[in-house]
Amino acid sequence: MFGTYLYRELSNRRKQTAIIAAGMALAIALVMIVNGVAAGVRDAQATVLASVYGVGTDITITQEPIQPGGGEEGAPQEGPRFEFGAEDGETANGTRALSQSSLTSGIGSSTFDADALTTALSLDSVAAATATLALSNVSFSGEVAAPTTTDTGETAPGEGAQQGGRGGPDGAGGSAFNVDTFTVTGIDVAGESVGPLTSVELVDGRAFESSDSDANVVILDTSYATTSSLTVGDSLEIGGEEFEVIGTVTSTSADATTASNTYIPLDTAQRVADLENQISTVYVQAASSTDIAAVQTALQTELPDASVKTQEDLASSVSGSLATASDLVGKLGTWLSIIVLAAAFLISVLLTTSGVARRTREFGTLKAIGWSNGAVVRQVAGESLVQGAIGGVVGVAIGLLGILAINIAAPVLSASAAATAVAGQGVGAGGGGGGNRFGDAATTTAAATTDIALQIPVTFGIIGIAVALAILGGLIAGAFGGWRAARLRPAEALRSVA
Amino acid sequence: MYELSDLTKKYETKRGPISALNKVSLSIPTGQMVAIQGPTGGGKSTLLQMLGALERPTSGTVTLGDEELSAMPDSRLAEIRARTIGFVFQGFNLIPTLTAQENVETALAPLGLSNSDRRLRARAALEKVGLGERLTHHPSELSGGQQQRVAIARALVKEPKVLLADEPTGNLDEQTRDEIMELLEGLWRDEGLTLIIVTHDSAVAKRAERRLHLKHGSVTEKK
Repeated sequence: MFGTYLYRELSNRRKQTAIIAAGMALAIALVMIVNGVAAGVRDAQATVLASVYGVGTDITITQEPIQPGGGEEGAPQEGPRFEFGAEDGETANGTRALSQSSLTSGIGSSTFDADALTTALSLDSVAAATATLALSNVSFSGEVAAPTTTDTGETAPGEGAQQGGRGGPDGAGGSAFNVDTFTVTGIDVAGESVGPLTSVELVDGRAFESSDSDANVVILDTSYATTSSLTVGDSLEIGGEEFEVIGTVTSTSADATTASNTYIPLDTAQRVADLENQISTVYVQAASSTDIAAVQTALQTELPDASVKTQEDLASSVSGSLATASDLVGKLGTWLSIIVLAAAFLISVLLTTSGVARRTREFGTLKAIGWSNGAVVRQVAGESLVQGAIGGVVGVAIGLLGILAINIAAPVLSASAAATAVAGQGVGAGGGGGGNRFGDAATTTAAATTDIALQIPVTFGIIGIAVALAILGGLIAGAFGGWRAARLRPAEALRSVA
Repeated sequence: MYELSDLTKKYETKRGPISALNKVSLSIPTGQMVAIQGPTGGGKSTLLQMLGALERPTSGTVTLGDEELSAMPDSRLAEIRARTIGFVFQGFNLIPTLTAQENVETALAPLGLSNSDRRLRARAALEKVGLGERLTHHPSELSGGQQQRVAIARALVKEPKVLLADEPTGNLDEQTRDEIMELLEGLWRDEGLTLIIVTHDSAVAKRAERRLHLKHGSVTEKK
């Protein structure tokens, strides 16, 4: 009887059923799409973060730069400084060819003691940890006018014309030089399960081996290798030393770039950059996701000067239109969902209760012929539940179509995330003492900047939420309608329509 | 069958309490056909609701068989209505979205019968009232007389001991009225029912074994 009555009611009161189901469907579809977009944005953020921090990293430890000048640990490094003596370079036809490279942690970045890695590894809930040293290599090469000798024997730039040759590449005493900057990341060659190299795959050559410790070997990002015309077997000057290219890597994500232009063994990086026992980031993987908060707290306690951040904290470092989309989904989308959902629930409740009011005689009659309160309430609640379920099914279908449409359109979001605050370079020009100095400050970041096509994952979780909301809507409407029906006393119900 | 003792029912209204029944004492034996007449507002429908376990008295008692209705919980009253009492209303009170057969089946729903039993009994009840050919018709597809027949089938399908009819012919023309009354009388006689009819129509009342007159909440026997 329950099923027959329910079917007859819903099929004969199509308008009300359609209004309730449509409202519910709209709300469910919106919730699905908003949740889906949020998941898509989270995935995109994770992709960007993974390209910087590697896959599986739960927590990173860095150190915020402190005021320079103290010379203490954590103080930001100054940019590279190129100083050439009077006899440096080769002079020919009034032109002096100069070349020098410098490897530093750069302006604004800071390093800290590698004991932080030991501290992290000593925690019980830490599954793995590794340390890296983010550096920036600046190479200077070019030609300047050769210095001339004055009567006093001092060197004065640009006076070659008076002394039998103007020099310089243009033959008029000018200068031309190139400054090449690329990022260098020193990593542990032991091959931990966390760190920047977990999000890259080998394209050519080989990966690091334990025997590469303290060796002058380098692995290149394929993009950098291509633009620099370098291949496996070639050599690259880093910090004034020659390195052998042993491999090239690319990001495992089609959308993201790798975190660094080049990778070298950590101890090599420390030696060449003259940063013995110094690191810039520790990557920590917790034993389980439930341990992350506790590990973060423990690390912060053990390392009070360090900045200990989880992936959730790091998500805020993602910038660009992806961050805008994240904000939009987080704020507007969520509120819109809540408002539409509340409106759908309200419409459902109002139509159900008004339906009960309209059917007063019907329910009064059923009670008069022996239906219990429970049976009447079940009938009303059942009708509401089915109306909600119809709305849920239609809403899931609309939501899936909406998600499909977004995935086909694949809106492109740009995003970037910085691995360290700033890794810098400093190239400048100046003079004095017969030499040449170049100090033109600039900054770079060990960052992944990328365009990501938004793809919304369709998960059982999203569909489950939609179905649960539909059932909840039906239950709420049914509860109100049932409550109203239960309050009807049969005599009053019959009398009110007499 | 029924024993009413000092039955009083008062309703609270904005203009003060109204006494619908005033110390009514009455005995209705099993199998009797009773007509209740009286002016509008005299308390006829209230009395019928007391007899039908739809309403509780302000004071006094209503006993059906050996059960005192006024002290029972709602769930037990619903059970008594489901098994013992059949109702027929002036406005038929059929559920518009259900077919004739399904309307009759609603009276069997509280009894926990199987689907097939319910269908068989509903069909038999409709055949008994002459609507065997109208099983799948909705109320809107039936005449007033036919709708009242469906309502009678619904009241009788559970084989009650009492049939309470509130103006059962009030919405019908004379010919249909006579047909319905003949049907009710036949069922009363055949099933051994206690039949209590509230009516304004003296022609209907005259068919009853016993006539009661209700005025200002007090009942008198009418000869």
